[in-house]
Amino acid sequence: MSPLAKEGEAYEQEHVHAVYEQIASHFSSTRYKPWPIIERFLRDRPNGAIGLDIGCGNGKYLSVNPNIYIVGSDRSTNLVGIASKHQPHSVVVSDILELPHADGIFDFAITIAVVHHLSTTERRVEAIRSVLATLKANAPALIYVWALEQDGSRRGWSEGGDQDVMVPWVMRGSKKAARQQDCVATTQTEDKVFHRYYHLYRRGELEEEILAAGGYVLDAGYEKDNWWAIAAKQPD
Amino acid sequence: MKLLTLNFLTCARKTCKSTAAAFPLHPKDAELEQIEIDMNPLFVKNMLPRLEWEAMKTLTQELGLPALPAETPAPEELTTEDGEASQVLKDLHVLLMETSVASGKLVCGNCGHEYAVKEGIANFLLPSHMV
Repeated sequence: MSPLAKEGEAYEQEHVHAVYEQIASHFSSTRYKPWPIIERFLRDRPNGAIGLDIGCGNGKYLSVNPNIYIVGSDRSTNLVGIASKHQPHSVVVSDILELPHADGIFDFAITIAVVHHLSTTERRVEAIRSVLATLKANAPALIYVWALEQDGSRRGWSEGGDQDVMVPWVMRGSKKAARQQDCVATTQTEDKVFHRYYHLYRRGELEEEILAAGGYVLDAGYEKDNWWAIAAKQPD
Repeated sequence: MKLLTLNFLTCARKTCKSTAAAFPLHPKDAELEQIEIDMNPLFVKNMLPRLEWEAMKTLTQELGLPALPAETPAPEELTTEDGEASQVLKDLHVLLMETSVASGKLVCGNCGHEYAVKEGIANFLLPSHMV
């Protein structure tokens, strides 16, 4: 079901961007606990370091380390509105393929659960290239993507399965939604299901895309249904 | 959006990014606001050498704010003799970390495209014909 490359952008608009815009508040209320590897990566940055959080969502990683400065960005205006509360950092609305940042100036970048939302290999490689381009020589980018190999999870995906999937997001109706103070869906009474497009990464695929994007891998691993890698840009 | 952020932003168009005219972006009809935040003297000291100082000077000038020193202040200018934060550092904290663009536009000096800032958030999504 992988869409054609030229339709990628329109496809993502409908099956990724529009969905996050609608589920922003509810999504944010479920995303508050930083994952340990990401937290450690951010805590290890030197005092005064300047970095990017590309696809920052509700900004849950912005508050990890108060001695660095992060410019967060996300495609969803509603999520950026939520993320803007994390002082002293800043957030902007932008697209990973058209980042409003000069090349080669940042000390680090993170992009967590973002690249798997691009719908072709070509666009995913381009996204990684775009992230690496912002970095100084040998500066690290931490990238997280969802794994195909999720044998331990209830989602039922595993090696050899379809890598391009639609993942439901259920906003419960009635009482639960009504109690959520800042939920956009407070007036709804029935469950509402949204579907987001994901590309599930098989073992080794993230590293392949990093190489294809002109980067190299400093470290990589698997954590809780995700593949992660720390990448840097090959010197010119 | 705090003024510090503008030191790390340029036009989102690939054709502009590599041109000198695309940085810094130029504020237009900018409404400023002060958002008080805790001062972190060590952070300010460590972050300063990473700034494009000329771009900061251009920005403060275009916003009609008091002129910045000609060069990036040296580390010894940032602390007093008894190790406290100096007035220079305090002023920089107010300017870089607390002074924010609440609304207005950011204009690319190369292509002229205007990016809107609303409720303190700049939007860099490009219309499809400009990508």
